[in-house]
Amino acid sequence: MLLAIDTSAGTSVAVVDLTRGVLAERGENDTMRHAEIVGPFILACLHEANITPADLSGVVGGMGPGPFTGLRVGIASARVFALGAGKPLVPVISHDAIAYGHYRRGHRGPLVVVTDARRREIYWSAYTAADAAGLPVRAGAPGLAKPAQLDDPAWLHAGWPRLDAATVSAGELGLVAELSYAHQRPFAANEPLYLRSPDVTLSAGPKRVSR
Amino acid sequence: MNRIDPLVLGIETSCDETGIGIVRGTTLLSNTIASSMDEHARYGGVVPEIAARAHLDELGPAITAAVAEAGIRLADLDAIAVTSGPGLSGALMVGVGAAKALAVALDKPIYAVNHLVGHVGADLLHSTTETTDSTDSTDSTDSTDSTDSTDTEPLEYPTIALLVSGGHTSLLLVRDLVSDVELLGETIDDAAGEAFDKVARLLGLPYPGGPQIDRVAADGNPKAIRFPRGLSQPKDMAAHRYDFSFSGLKTSVARFVEQRQDAGEPVPIGDVAASFREAVVDILLTKALAACADYNVPRLLLGGGVIANARLRLRATERTDAAGIVLRIPPLSLCTDNGAMIAALGAQLIMAGHKPSTLEFGADSTLPVDQIQVCSAG
Ligand SMILES: [Zn+2]
Repeated sequence: MLLAIDTSAGTSVAVVDLTRGVLAERGENDTMRHAEIVGPFILACLHEANITPADLSGVVGGMGPGPFTGLRVGIASARVFALGAGKPLVPVISHDAIAYGHYRRGHRGPLVVVTDARRREIYWSAYTAADAAGLPVRAGAPGLAKPAQLDDPAWLHAGWPRLDAATVSAGELGLVAELSYAHQRPFAANEPLYLRSPDVTLSAGPKRVSR
Repeated sequence: MNRIDPLVLGIETSCDETGIGIVRGTTLLSNTIASSMDEHARYGGVVPEIAARAHLDELGPAITAAVAEAGIRLADLDAIAVTSGPGLSGALMVGVGAAKALAVALDKPIYAVNHLVGHVGADLLHSTTETTDSTDSTDSTDSTDSTDSTDTEPLEYPTIALLVSGGHTSLLLVRDLVSDVELLGETIDDAAGEAFDKVARLLGLPYPGGPQIDRVAADGNPKAIRFPRGLSQPKDMAAHRYDFSFSGLKTSVARFVEQRQDAGEPVPIGDVAASFREAVVDILLTKALAACADYNVPRLLLGGGVIANARLRLRATERTDAAGIVLRIPPLSLCTDNGAMIAALGAQLIMAGHKPSTLEFGADSTLPVDQIQVCSAG
């Protein structure tokens, strides 16, 4: 059993099991209240699944991509919950959960997953298909782009079916982790996918105050 | 829960220090700090997004290091305490999210507390050896300072508290640490630490500005230039008796430097630094001592990173001695932002019988100081 936490879009927390599927899940689309609700959601999911942290075999953290302020809350929660419970952290790319869900619901072949990056930009990931285990096969790392870039016929994945997603399901994130483990696939790096540098500009020096 | 000598882990992420502290009652077991200060140096000030990213990277390792240093297991803890605010929103959220996850993972109660009140709580801590703070590496010259809270007398109430850092400049009346803290005044523009950083840049000195100003001020005359004391005119004293303002002072320093440069004369950096520092120290202490007198409270406690400024500590000692006021300054490693002070405040709340916070609290960048604990269960 795994506890899964994702705050790359709204806030989603779940308890999943390879054979029994999603045992509990809580989601909230609000993209402002991650820090408030992540704790109550974890507690609610553990209660609903009727387990204690000791029953878990790991903690899944959605690594994004996602707007950084919210994304960090889920990763911090997953890492520190894992530390507190003495369980391994299992990093998973959040877009993989979106793609996994779409393939599971019947999609076939190539797929481009798109989420909002704010500031009139988008995050995208491209997948060629789902493999025999049902896991999406990614065709490269997640990217950050202007929306127009994906409509450009010269773009690498131009014309692939596109899925715009507003939420990420921690249940699906957890199942990606369960399946990856069961089929000995590599996990993601334990690094947040900000895909943007911090907003800072080096000042040219103090401005004159006297005229 | 052990309410006599609770074992508490405190998490502090309100600015650029990732602080994890562990206390048992009033005994300090670990004060682990990872600072991202160096990453901000090239920008001349704390960059919130860089601070928040550093918190995410440092939190886990800092918790592991603190637990090892304290010689405990996480399962031994009685409670978690965390800074809910005030501070940088994105930075606070990392600590709040992590603290809740740790509390649920360990099935421990959580206390969401006020950063500023935590600075006061730092004074209650003593190390196990009863001598100097073993984790304190920056402060060796201060171990003989008689005002250090290595003295064994407990903090008495009420006390006036002056908290000065790069993020805040606040004057508090503390009648009781866990139930009655009143904000008397605060800065209406820059924090004092920010003023040091900005003036250092005017003088071509690197970040952080405080130690640099101190260094060049050593050769300067603090009376060479009479820089303005903000909000000290009679009309200001009516509306802003205990408030601070440093932006006018900064502008005045800039104007002085520009005039010298325009005239092709060398800028007397030592005199400017010493005179600027004297203006800051003077206004801070004048207002703090006015509060002591007005409220008839013969006790003053200092906290915050700017307390590292030697001139401020010296003048505070001289002026409180002259006024018959008892001065308390925690060890410098407990004056700068740290998790031990948050753990100390959490432990005080527990010992006073306060209920834990419910899990619904968030990060509040402007949390008022009279909210000592957030989302108390009852
Ligand atoms: Zn502070």
